[in-house]
Amino acid sequence: MSKDKSEYLINRKDNQYEVVIGLEVHAQVTSESKLFSTSSTKFGAEPNTQVSLVDAALPGMLPVINEYCVKQAIKTGIGLKAKINKRSVFDRKNYFYADLPQGYQISQFKDPIVGEGKVILDMPDGQKEVGIERLHLEQDAGKSIHNLDPKNTFVDLNRSGVALMEIVSKPDLRSPDEVNAYVKKLRSIMRYLGTCDGNMQEGSLRADVNVSVRKKGSKEFGTRCEIKNVNSIKFMQMAIEYEANRQVNLIEDGQSIDQETRLFDTKKNETRSMRSKEDAHDYRYFPDPDLLPLEVSDDFIEKLKLEIPELPDEKKKRFIEKFKVSPYEATILVSDNETSSYFENVIKKSDVKLATNWIIGELFAALNEKNLEITESPISAGNLSKLINLIKEGTISGKIAKTVFEHMMEGDKDPKKIVEEKGLKQESDPKALEILIDKVIDNNRDKATEYKSGKVKLFGFFVGQVMKVSGGKANPQLVNEILKKKL
Amino acid sequence: MSDITKQSLSELVKNIKEKKISSIEVTKAFIERSEKSKELNVYVTEDFSAAIDKAKRFDENPNLDLKLPGIPMAVKDLFCTKNVKTTAGSKILNNFIPTYESTVTQNIWNEGAILLGKLNCDEFAMGSSNETSFFGCVQNPIDKDLVPGGSSGGSSSAVAAQLTPITIGTDTGGSIRQPASFTGIVGLKPTYGSCSRYGIVAFASSLDQAGPMAQNVRDCALLHEVISSYDEKDSTSIDFKRNNYVKELTNNIKGKKIGIPKEYRVDGMPKEIEDLWKKGIDYVKDCGAKIIDISLPHTNYALPTYYIVAPAEASSNLARYDGVKYGFRADGENLIDMYEKTRSEGFGAEVQRRIMIGTYVLSSGYYDAYYLKAQKVRKLIKNDFDEAYKKVDAILTPSTPSSAFKIGEKTNDPVSMYLNDIFTVPVNLAGLPGISIPAGHDAKGYPLGLQIIGKAFDEQNILNIAYAMEEKINFKNKITDWWIK
Repeated sequence: MSKDKSEYLINRKDNQYEVVIGLEVHAQVTSESKLFSTSSTKFGAEPNTQVSLVDAALPGMLPVINEYCVKQAIKTGIGLKAKINKRSVFDRKNYFYADLPQGYQISQFKDPIVGEGKVILDMPDGQKEVGIERLHLEQDAGKSIHNLDPKNTFVDLNRSGVALMEIVSKPDLRSPDEVNAYVKKLRSIMRYLGTCDGNMQEGSLRADVNVSVRKKGSKEFGTRCEIKNVNSIKFMQMAIEYEANRQVNLIEDGQSIDQETRLFDTKKNETRSMRSKEDAHDYRYFPDPDLLPLEVSDDFIEKLKLEIPELPDEKKKRFIEKFKVSPYEATILVSDNETSSYFENVIKKSDVKLATNWIIGELFAALNEKNLEITESPISAGNLSKLINLIKEGTISGKIAKTVFEHMMEGDKDPKKIVEEKGLKQESDPKALEILIDKVIDNNRDKATEYKSGKVKLFGFFVGQVMKVSGGKANPQLVNEILKKKL
Repeated sequence: MSDITKQSLSELVKNIKEKKISSIEVTKAFIERSEKSKELNVYVTEDFSAAIDKAKRFDENPNLDLKLPGIPMAVKDLFCTKNVKTTAGSKILNNFIPTYESTVTQNIWNEGAILLGKLNCDEFAMGSSNETSFFGCVQNPIDKDLVPGGSSGGSSSAVAAQLTPITIGTDTGGSIRQPASFTGIVGLKPTYGSCSRYGIVAFASSLDQAGPMAQNVRDCALLHEVISSYDEKDSTSIDFKRNNYVKELTNNIKGKKIGIPKEYRVDGMPKEIEDLWKKGIDYVKDCGAKIIDISLPHTNYALPTYYIVAPAEASSNLARYDGVKYGFRADGENLIDMYEKTRSEGFGAEVQRRIMIGTYVLSSGYYDAYYLKAQKVRKLIKNDFDEAYKKVDAILTPSTPSSAFKIGEKTNDPVSMYLNDIFTVPVNLAGLPGISIPAGHDAKGYPLGLQIIGKAFDEQNILNIAYAMEEKINFKNKITDWWIK
């Protein structure tokens, strides 16, 4: 396998294969209540405590659409620069399973609420556009629990009827890295919009991954396999890598690929056949007669457009233009709304360049180490801003600042106080520095002579000695100036 | 007062309001007659002692401003009733006790009525003779071993036999109008969206509609006024201005234009039906209405269309009866085995037949040829009515192609059974209101009905036409109480 620049290819003897990937992301809509009932969607409640008569499919119970979920789907569509369909239809997808109380899932088949759109990815070698095929609303199923009893399966219907958005990409992705970037970007957009919390641990974001391979340069798609219900980006990448190689091996062996649904075994790191095309369910889709077609007006959509915040792409553009940060830095700063607003709060009163470096460098590293989100950062934006100003004013050196920063991470303390308490203030009094420097020259007479006779490299040695003697507090710029004069 | 059960709903309401009789007297009278009428098999569940308690409580503190003050009433067992077993005529729900009340029945209790019990019906309302019920056939009080029609057969029989002053049924393809016709009573299928479907066990969601079944048109108007309401819990419920159907009831139909569709003269229709229709035409003429010949060209396709759309929806609606959550469960080796056994043992033959038809017409490769085509034809059928209503105010047809038949006569011939609905099904497909009124008897003395079909939301108009005709027809049901020993 080679990773020639950014191109992801699978090499075999004389052949190079390209991998073609499309994703069906299932994103849980952020809403108080379910898609067609008033029960709560809160995660982690006791089993079967958030189940209405509708969710349990009691006789004569009817679905009533939750307008808020419709708004969330449309907002997401706007965020994906997609066509909003003013008329969409809910269909029934019929199949039997113990955790599907109605015996059908209400979904959108022929006429989804959102049509074609796009997502821009920032890859190391530039931007890449990924097409969105559609976004539709559907109900989640309940949960079957098989490990509580040797003979019986238990069913928890808390999730039954929770609203999901299924976001289907075009087969535009070409590598595990692009899949990583795509899912992160999608997640970022939805988090900016507040339409999905993107919490993969809680199952708020899962994906079915369609993978096929073809010889490099070929225009035709290969036969694809769908890997069902993968719930982390890492697993998606692993599954793609395994599956693409499996398909390539089959082709190289002169065999054909069966179109089928596969499962990814995270323990064994392999995909396994779940059901073939012949065994595929016949879902008998038809329009749900309990629900009228969903119609929204231009006015309804326009009002929602007013609620759309600045999204990552626009924010990135603004950061680059206004704050002169690099595209790379901007991408990191806008990756989520919390980071970008932290950044904007810091630079309200401090230098942009320093702030960018400190956030992307020290702060992210420190947070990572402590496994904290930026919203949980012990250092507030205000105090980081103060620290940066101390550096900028010359009160402390960059090196001392790192010490101060470490103290700040222990508890959000005002950096000025830390500097005072610990006596870390930079020495910028020329007279005091002269005394220090004289002492250093006196103690190193031989080296001073060497320097004067032309060994200019020794200048660095003297700077180092002065800094050492001052405990790192000497103002480096002044030290340079005075040393030059004295030597 | 031994003649209490002979009184119409309107008379009972009047007498209770004038304090001439009490709710408990009325309730007891209907219970007593019901006790003597077990042979008719109209009840699946009797709730008599609770009814007596409720009647006593009503009498202690009577609210006489209500529309149904202390009136006892049995309802079709397709309506979910809180804390009272609701079976839909099926073994699969034989142990099901809802914790909730359907909107239609709630509307009835809100007006002061009292539940007597739950009335027999075809299993999941699938049938035209009440013979598909898990709880056995219902006897038509007209004659022994005669079907009462279906699916609201327990309801029609109970009203005709005066075991309840009035009742409600549901009508998906004729299930109110056909049994009304077979038992000599009045039955109204309202406009789709007029009565909430919330809490009614679903058969075919795009066709199901609840409606009143009564001894006369005025009673029918009164109950319709009570049950018709906009309901946010049913997304297909329609928010339109409802009439004061009783107050606005009039026999003045002068100048109304009544359409006679030539396509309803079906081959092999008995002469008695033909004659009845002619008589009906004469009655409306007598009332000053105008007769206009019209055409509903797609009538022939209504029955096949219905028998695709209704089973398709039913196959999906009945998927929830899987033995997992409530209702009957047969043990199985595994989940699939449990499903198969539960549904094989829990559903009767007709329900299984329709689930299979519905599953077939929705399956991939057949969807376009059947379901999609049927939806298109359905639109054409609706267009036929829209065209006709440019020229007429209402349409007059027979309710059924024959009078009631004997129990067992058609059980082995589903197609001949389905033909019963030939005049009623187009009305459901078009979502229109239709009313059946008793209009005469055949040679055997069995009642025959005429149907008046209205424009959408125009229940008042067809009630008025029915009211005017009722006066002219002066129908008397020939019931001998043969089942009371």
